[in-house]
Amino acid sequence: MTVIFYLSAVLAIAATVLAVTRVNAVHALLYFICSLLATGVMFFVLGAPFVAALVVIINAGAIMVLFVFVVMMLNLGPQSAKQETAWLRPRAWIVPTLLSAVLIVELIYSLTHYRSVVAAGHVVPPQEVGIALFGPYLLAVELASMLLLAALLGAYHLGRGVLRFTGGRS
Amino acid sequence: MAAIPIEVGLVIAGALFCIGLVGVLVRRNVIFILLSIEIMLNACGLAFVLAGSYWRQPDGQAMYFFILTMAAAEVAVGLSLVLQVYHHFGSLDANMVNRMRG
Repeated sequence: MTVIFYLSAVLAIAATVLAVTRVNAVHALLYFICSLLATGVMFFVLGAPFVAALVVIINAGAIMVLFVFVVMMLNLGPQSAKQETAWLRPRAWIVPTLLSAVLIVELIYSLTHYRSVVAAGHVVPPQEVGIALFGPYLLAVELASMLLLAALLGAYHLGRGVLRFTGGRS
Repeated sequence: MAAIPIEVGLVIAGALFCIGLVGVLVRRNVIFILLSIEIMLNACGLAFVLAGSYWRQPDGQAMYFFILTMAAAEVAVGLSLVLQVYHHFGSLDANMVNRMRG
């Protein structure tokens, strides 16, 4: 199981790097979906089967499909990929990459110089998560549903004119 | 289940977060910026689940649930804004949108 965890961690990091550096939006989305599935495997190994299922169903299944739909609606073709290549000159990405590399090196340093805490990995079954969500977190769940409702209304209001426009054009 | 040192998991989460941060800083396409924000949120969720698994409490997974809800709401509004930006400006360049006319 440990080998599977490290394998999927490497896979997740590699796929995320590829997702950030692609010029074609659909390729980037597919790489990020791959990264999400690897994260789901990591959650499963860590003993969080409920969250692993949530990642696959909601994050990779629903949120990424939204992205794919928008990319399809915008019809980003080869000229957009060419423009992305022009935007991604080394002058533009080298400094932020160095700064973030310093950040991760600091994190690794501080974690390795802390006393070692071994063992994560104890199954927290979905029943406990459900009891927590509908016990102490009940108010937060209600607020989350209201947030989703507000997002639904906001997305509908913002997207209404555009949808009419593109519908008329096509 | 497998015994994984929590530092290693935190380093993985931090690496994913840093990759997302680079994406936000480097890319100019609005869709890629939204995607990088998703990467960062996912990395935060990984750290939460790791901590919940370490302390053997369900709270980490409950927090991931809320992060997921927030990500879904943010993506819905963000993508409809992307559609509006493309409609108004004919491009997804984030630098174009900063010149607002009041």
